[in-house]
Amino acid sequence: MEGSLNMLGYGLATIGPAVAVGLIFAAYINGVARQPEAQSRLQPIAILGFALAEALAIIGIALAFVI
Amino acid sequence: MTIATVISAASGGEGFAPPGPADFHLPPLFGEVTKPMVLVVLAAILVFAFTYLAARPAAVVPGRLQFAGEYVYGFVRNGIARESIGSEHFMKFVPYLFSLFLFIAVNNYFGLIPFIQYPTMSHFGFPLGLALLTWVLYIGVGIGKHGFLGYLKHVTIPTGVKGPVLVIIMPLEFLSNILVRPATLSLRLFANMFAGHLLLMLFAFGGEYLLFESTSLINGVAGVLSFVMFGAVTVLELLIMFLQAYVFTLLTATYLGESLADEH
Repeated sequence: MEGSLNMLGYGLATIGPAVAVGLIFAAYINGVARQPEAQSRLQPIAILGFALAEALAIIGIALAFVI
Repeated sequence: MTIATVISAASGGEGFAPPGPADFHLPPLFGEVTKPMVLVVLAAILVFAFTYLAARPAAVVPGRLQFAGEYVYGFVRNGIARESIGSEHFMKFVPYLFSLFLFIAVNNYFGLIPFIQYPTMSHFGFPLGLALLTWVLYIGVGIGKHGFLGYLKHVTIPTGVKGPVLVIIMPLEFLSNILVRPATLSLRLFANMFAGHLLLMLFAFGGEYLLFESTSLINGVAGVLSFVMFGAVTVLELLIMFLQAYVFTLLTATYLGESLADEH
């Protein structure tokens, strides 16, 4: 197998974004549980935060293949 | 084609060859035309046909197709455009956002449709083109609203920030709002489609190899498990493909909304 060390490093690098995504959805679920009518307000914000946190993992996968 | 290479590699006694980025480069169908090029045209035709057929009856009591079309349109208009851009300006961007959403969704779902099974957006050029279109649009809208220098000020100076800290903030804001945005927008879509398809290929090829190329019983069980995982990942991909089309459209709408926002 080639480039397995790169992929190992990428796997470690995704821990950060993974924790971030988990925190975002935990906060979203908490918010909806406390105030169900706020769901339509919270959902775009949660998805947006998820997308921004995920961007780090995506930059990581690009670098894992490039370097 | 790719399955054949894996099997031939396996029968040559080299063991299992995991699928890699090379499996995305299919030989051209004819001339210079490759499979993703055909698929992107097919997606445009499908989206046009769907919207045309759904909108043509324009009945007061909608039929099935018209209802589906109106549902998607309403989702993009109310759920994405009006929420992110604001009720004042959003209507003129709805056609762009609606076609963007449908086009990306159809292209993504090509990854799961039998006999096609190739997400167009797993080639970096296609999401990059869409992201550059969005980039030109939101910068153009911002310049049209604030003027060139006004937009530059709008982008680089966050409201309420004063003093020497601007020396650090201004280049950072410029970098993040002008240069990084199109890169992350296109990379997000590309990487999700690429990684998802790679994962599906890995479980399919791995399961096939474990079941048919090996004689041990444990490997057979592992092969069956691999195919079970293949099914689970397929269901996950169904969700991700929709989510990526949604995120791309939502971020486009958010950037447009930010370009149009007034100074507080």
